[in-house]
Amino acid sequence: MTKQKLVVVGNGMAGARAVEEILARGGAEQFDITMFGDEPYGNYNRILLSNVLNGSQNEEEIFLNPLSWYRENNIKLHAGVRVERIVRTSRHVVGNGVVEPYDKAIIATGSRSYLPPVRGLHRSDGSLKPGVFVFRSLDDCRAIAGYAEGRARAVVIGGGLLGLEAARGLQNFGLRVEVVHRGSHLMGQQLDGVAGSILKNTMHAMDVAVHLRKNTEAVLGEDHVTGISFSDGTALDCDMVVIATGISPNVEVAVRSGLTVERAIVADDHMRSPDDPNIFVVGECAQHRGMSYGLVAPLWEQAKVLADHITGANTANAYRGSKVSTKLKVMGVELASMGVTEPEDERDEIIQFTEPKKGVYKKLIVRDGRLIGAILLGDISKAAYLTQAFDRNTPLPEDRLALLFDLGTPSKRVTMDEMPLDTQVCNCNGVSKGALMACVKSGRRTTKAVMDATRAGLGCGSCKGLVEEVIQWAAGGHLEEDPSVHYYVPGVPLNKTDLIRACREQNLKSVSSVFKALAGGKEDAGSKPGLASLLSIIWAGEYEEERDARFINERVHANIQRDGTFSVIPQMAGGVTSPAQLRRIADVAEKYHVPLVKLTGGQRIDLVGVKKDDLPKMWQDLGMPSGHAYGKSYRTCKSCIGTDYCRYGVGDSIALAVRIETYLKGIDSPHKLKMATAGCPRNCSEAMVKDFGAVAVEGGRWELYIGGAAGAHVRKGDILCTVDSPDAVMTYLSRFVQYYRENAKYLERTYSFVERVGLEKIRAIVVDDSEGIAAQLEANLLSSTTAYKDPWKAALTSQVPNEFSSLLRVIQ
Amino acid sequence: MSGNGTERFVTTLGEIPAGEGRTFEIDGKRVAIFHTRAGEVFAIDAMCPHRGGPMADGLVGDATVLCPLHAWKFDLRTGNAITGLCSINAYPTRLDDKNHILLKI
Repeated sequence: MTKQKLVVVGNGMAGARAVEEILARGGAEQFDITMFGDEPYGNYNRILLSNVLNGSQNEEEIFLNPLSWYRENNIKLHAGVRVERIVRTSRHVVGNGVVEPYDKAIIATGSRSYLPPVRGLHRSDGSLKPGVFVFRSLDDCRAIAGYAEGRARAVVIGGGLLGLEAARGLQNFGLRVEVVHRGSHLMGQQLDGVAGSILKNTMHAMDVAVHLRKNTEAVLGEDHVTGISFSDGTALDCDMVVIATGISPNVEVAVRSGLTVERAIVADDHMRSPDDPNIFVVGECAQHRGMSYGLVAPLWEQAKVLADHITGANTANAYRGSKVSTKLKVMGVELASMGVTEPEDERDEIIQFTEPKKGVYKKLIVRDGRLIGAILLGDISKAAYLTQAFDRNTPLPEDRLALLFDLGTPSKRVTMDEMPLDTQVCNCNGVSKGALMACVKSGRRTTKAVMDATRAGLGCGSCKGLVEEVIQWAAGGHLEEDPSVHYYVPGVPLNKTDLIRACREQNLKSVSSVFKALAGGKEDAGSKPGLASLLSIIWAGEYEEERDARFINERVHANIQRDGTFSVIPQMAGGVTSPAQLRRIADVAEKYHVPLVKLTGGQRIDLVGVKKDDLPKMWQDLGMPSGHAYGKSYRTCKSCIGTDYCRYGVGDSIALAVRIETYLKGIDSPHKLKMATAGCPRNCSEAMVKDFGAVAVEGGRWELYIGGAAGAHVRKGDILCTVDSPDAVMTYLSRFVQYYRENAKYLERTYSFVERVGLEKIRAIVVDDSEGIAAQLEANLLSSTTAYKDPWKAALTSQVPNEFSSLLRVIQ
Repeated sequence: MSGNGTERFVTTLGEIPAGEGRTFEIDGKRVAIFHTRAGEVFAIDAMCPHRGGPMADGLVGDATVLCPLHAWKFDLRTGNAITGLCSINAYPTRLDDKNHILLKI
């Protein structure tokens, strides 16, 4: 196949990134690539120019793609050649005496500094007056540095991000720096008035005077700058002026080439010009759905979509606009900002904290329980969490205070940079920060690949968040997302909703039939138990059980121990037993030489260290049903003494626990379900830290808690509602359990599920029946519970060959 | 792949349900033998090299097995580790026309 010719107009961050993304999709096989750059350099990180100006980095350090990168990737670079136009009829790019034919072209011309209409900016020949500068390129940076030497006073016009950074840089040359700004407060795009004035005070403390509401009218001085004057009649003396009043996109090439240009060059959801399928647009020069962006994150997203389409790697991908958030350091002040800066609607809720003396300000704008804007100044410790909540539009916790501060945490968490290499990140599998870094360095590019290779986060799972943070930090933003994170199980490429639909439509009732129909016949061992659980939930009695799809615990109805023996835990609903039962348990323990008899955390008796071969005989001798202490299923419901004997009890917690256990025993669910009932608010059975808890309160009522946990993760449950009868407890319990069974990801405990879906939504569905599915949820759960059979009893008549044999002899 | 010895008859296919494994003792050596849903048979050491987990109790998918204790994953054909840090011994195994499982060890 002959290669197509790809010409990229613009060699800045957007153009070079687009090319990198294209190369990452095997684009070198498809295209001969030519790039035009206005500047005579490779591609550098424009964001870091302020560091070059203030001396904290040198020029070499900010290069992203040095000239050698172009050679290594066989990219022809016309550095220092400005493109005039794209001749679309003959498909040529023309610039400065160079003509390049193309099959596909990318416009990434970026933007330039916007020059406000101020008198005296230019000399008669049209060039900027000596002493007037913009701050946009490496050359600008050099010119400013060269002129600043030996001067005394500088004024920066523009109090936005770039202006403040320029001011900071200029201070380093020993100049007295002042900032003049048209608006009523600094950084109008990112801050509100309060934050702006705190920042202004901080700047004054650093000897940068700020003049607000100043409309610059003229630059003074005949052949070089001597000062500036304002529309209010006042003036400032100065030796140099740096203009940082915003940017305007470079659209001239597009205009001359006959492409649609509004505020910037119009691009569709594939980053393609609507006028010409062979021309793509990316970066600051692009206008997508009416928006153009001046930050890098949107540009990265655009470059990916563009690359997916131009190479054909994923033609389903679409750019839908970016949610803009920034985190930066201005004049040494840490700042994070996202979304809107002021409420826009009367239902918007504002959460605010101000400590002006320390320069700390935090403001959140919340709509319908979700973050739509935030400003953090001076203390950005919550920025990572809030940015994530903003980007993903996830529901916020009820406790709004926790959004602003880390309350009650024992020590401030160290930042990733500070964390020592030998810190154990995963405590189950003993994986250190250093081991994760080495793995990322070895070329693994997705969180899942690193976790699989190191086994970090694959034990109890409670460190997963931290593991992901370390991996992300180690990859420095070059992490790729493994598509399987969205699948219900890694081996079938569908999310839970689509998977359920496919199983129902195609009548798939067994795990092997799902692999055949939906995974191309490829069987993935680790995906089997999740599929078995799901099929059992959606098909109830019609589910076709296949033993090999179940984890060993659910095959032999006992919990495997470290030495390959098992534990036997009979049902003991509500933690209530009897002398006769205890005697029988004691006899069985002696007869089978059970090495350890232990009370469990779930108010039952555990016979530990049992050989697989003895399991059925023990069950028969016990004559008790299984306690299901081994599966991803309903486990147990603890209770306190309740009303019969306790002098405080106000509700019959034992009877309720027995009723719950009798109803839910053994049903499959995405993960364990542990419950408790408490007879009074003293809560002796710890019902507030269970997946579901019912706490009796005076007046015959029960408070229902969901999403609690006190294991690898500790979380106090959220109150779902308060009801006035055990029947009502059962109703809401049924709806919640079934909603969780049908909607949670596999191995997602209720504590994550409730946070992910949001308490408000769950309450609306379960209590108010907002989606009209409550009756269906109850009916679905009922068909699961009706299909229940005690597995211990069933196993006694099982026909599976050698089901409980731990060792077989060779047939002689 | 280990096992240069003579081939010997271990058991019949029907003794191991499809998709599962069972542990056998052969001349004092314990071996986990698997019968996959595709109808193939494989043999590896009975104990996981990591913490001694009983491999025959593991989940099988195509020609791979997961140790039931900490989910180390091995290729049943070669014994090579897919995730986890070291491999496990695998033994040449085949099925004859009478559905007898034959093993070289």
